[in-house]
Amino acid sequence: MSEETSVNNGVNVAALLEAREALTQTPEAALFKWRASCNWENGTHSSSTVESFFGLGEEQKHVREFTFDADHPEVFASADKGATPVEMVLVGLASCLTAGIASVAQHRDIQLNSVKATIEAPMDIQGILGIDSDVRNGFEGVTVKYEIDADASQEDIEALVAQSQKRSAVFDIVTNPTNVTVEVNSTG
Amino acid sequence: MTGPSDGQASGTVDTIVIGAGHTGLAISHCLSERSIEHVILERGEIANSWRHERWDSLTLLTPNWQSRLPGYAYSGDDPDGFMAMPDVIGFIDAYAALCEAPVHAQTTVTSLRCHSGAYTVATDKGDWHSRSVVVASGACNLASVPKVCDSVPKDIDTVTPHDYRNPGQLRDGKVLVVGASATGLQLADEIHRSGRSVTIAVGEHVRMPRTYRGRDIQWWMHAAGVLDEGLDDVDDINRARNLPSPQLVGSHDKQILDLNAMTGAGMKLVGRLMGFQDGIAQFSGSLKNVCALADLKMRRLLDTIDEWSAVSPGAATFEPPERFERTRVDAAPCLVLDLRDEGFETVLFATGYRPDYSWLDIPVLDRKGKIRHDEGVITVPGLYVIGLPFLRRRKSSFIHGTEDDARYITGHLESFLSSQDSQ
Repeated sequence: MSEETSVNNGVNVAALLEAREALTQTPEAALFKWRASCNWENGTHSSSTVESFFGLGEEQKHVREFTFDADHPEVFASADKGATPVEMVLVGLASCLTAGIASVAQHRDIQLNSVKATIEAPMDIQGILGIDSDVRNGFEGVTVKYEIDADASQEDIEALVAQSQKRSAVFDIVTNPTNVTVEVNSTG
Repeated sequence: MTGPSDGQASGTVDTIVIGAGHTGLAISHCLSERSIEHVILERGEIANSWRHERWDSLTLLTPNWQSRLPGYAYSGDDPDGFMAMPDVIGFIDAYAALCEAPVHAQTTVTSLRCHSGAYTVATDKGDWHSRSVVVASGACNLASVPKVCDSVPKDIDTVTPHDYRNPGQLRDGKVLVVGASATGLQLADEIHRSGRSVTIAVGEHVRMPRTYRGRDIQWWMHAAGVLDEGLDDVDDINRARNLPSPQLVGSHDKQILDLNAMTGAGMKLVGRLMGFQDGIAQFSGSLKNVCALADLKMRRLLDTIDEWSAVSPGAATFEPPERFERTRVDAAPCLVLDLRDEGFETVLFATGYRPDYSWLDIPVLDRKGKIRHDEGVITVPGLYVIGLPFLRRRKSSFIHGTEDDARYITGHLESFLSSQDSQ
């Protein structure tokens, strides 16, 4: 076995490259639809599940249904039965970037030993409380800090992280505007 | 001359070359060397795009010593200078005269068809027939403008480098320049110097110093073999072909044209222009990352140069390696701008060019409207293209890259014609 193939971050790059090649030939199969359903429990507590999605031209399923409880902490007079939705956004961003780092590292033959991200996002809640209309509801900014131990130079590691941002769906979702349509079907 | 006389408006030849820019003329030169009868059909004049479709201050990104075409090279007394447009036009005019190129000027191709190996090129002057065609109509015929252009508030002017000539044609208000490639930064710089306030929307870009270790960056890239890199030397040829032009300008003072120079002069940077909501421009929050990507990529280029120079015969004569300051980006770059409230009167879309193939009636375009080809050879036998970015090598985008490509393509074309003859 050559030195290059001994790098193992647990990412099947060959399969990813094969998929990339196949989807270049059949771009319509690259159209995915991601879904989640959310059910109100009580107070600010809700329970969301993900299971099905659409891709490669047909319905797909995760190996099982995943459930996520969301709530607000006690300082908001809530029951704190789960992470806040804004924390879930941070989780989404950090896990998307981290998955990207592993994939790019595998592709570039860089062995990762450990990757740890801490993410912080300041928010002035005068926005969501409607105290000051000049304050936006969302984050004022997001800072992700990576600590990476890998068999590579500082520069190569920086390049991994930069490339991961360039290819990240959640980075794009957070940094760029998206049209959101909310429809209501009343059954009262 | 190896073709019918200029007065003839139709006829049959072995090869038709579409376009009398530097690539079409280079092809003509190589065809003449091989005694292949051909004509060049040109919608306007020789070097028409350089002559009529570029801004006044444009200079080549390559120094004069790199200005060469098959059988022809710059011979002036300023090899390290950069040609302005009148120089480029003179250079190409002189080449056409030297080659006695069979150019049919003011002849616009309206259609290119192929039936059972026979090509018909319809023009506004008459029809030509041939066994082979070389498309040399250029990569920069039309301004490539993103959809977001349609959402610019109506009372703000939108301009592209295709119609821009100089700052004097712009209103006096602030200008948003969209795009940070060579074009975007060159135009931002001269518009800023005209006294207008300039903001630049920055997406992915290629950063490059004009001079490095005392020599022009083009000298290094040439010497270290970067410009000779071919299809097998890059991971993803599509990405290499779609790279924005490097942040360079050909000026006598060897000006470094990077984002730090722009902000140092007082211009503002925002992220990529993503859209408008209620007339308010929205910019991507990815500015820091696109700058980090460009900084890292420039460092890799300089590393490549340093590695080459360390083992090259001239190693002792080079100045020591340099590293450049990272791109300075505000801690929290502006994400939204009410262009009207802020006094913007112009949005300049320096977002690239694309070829015009509206006359091409042979199904050889991919879904992005680009010609499918393998090093200039199109799957339809006898059909070729030249003058596209990274056609065969990184240098294909530059004038000096034309020779290799033209020789390769005309060699292939000659074999094709003789294989037909022997059948």
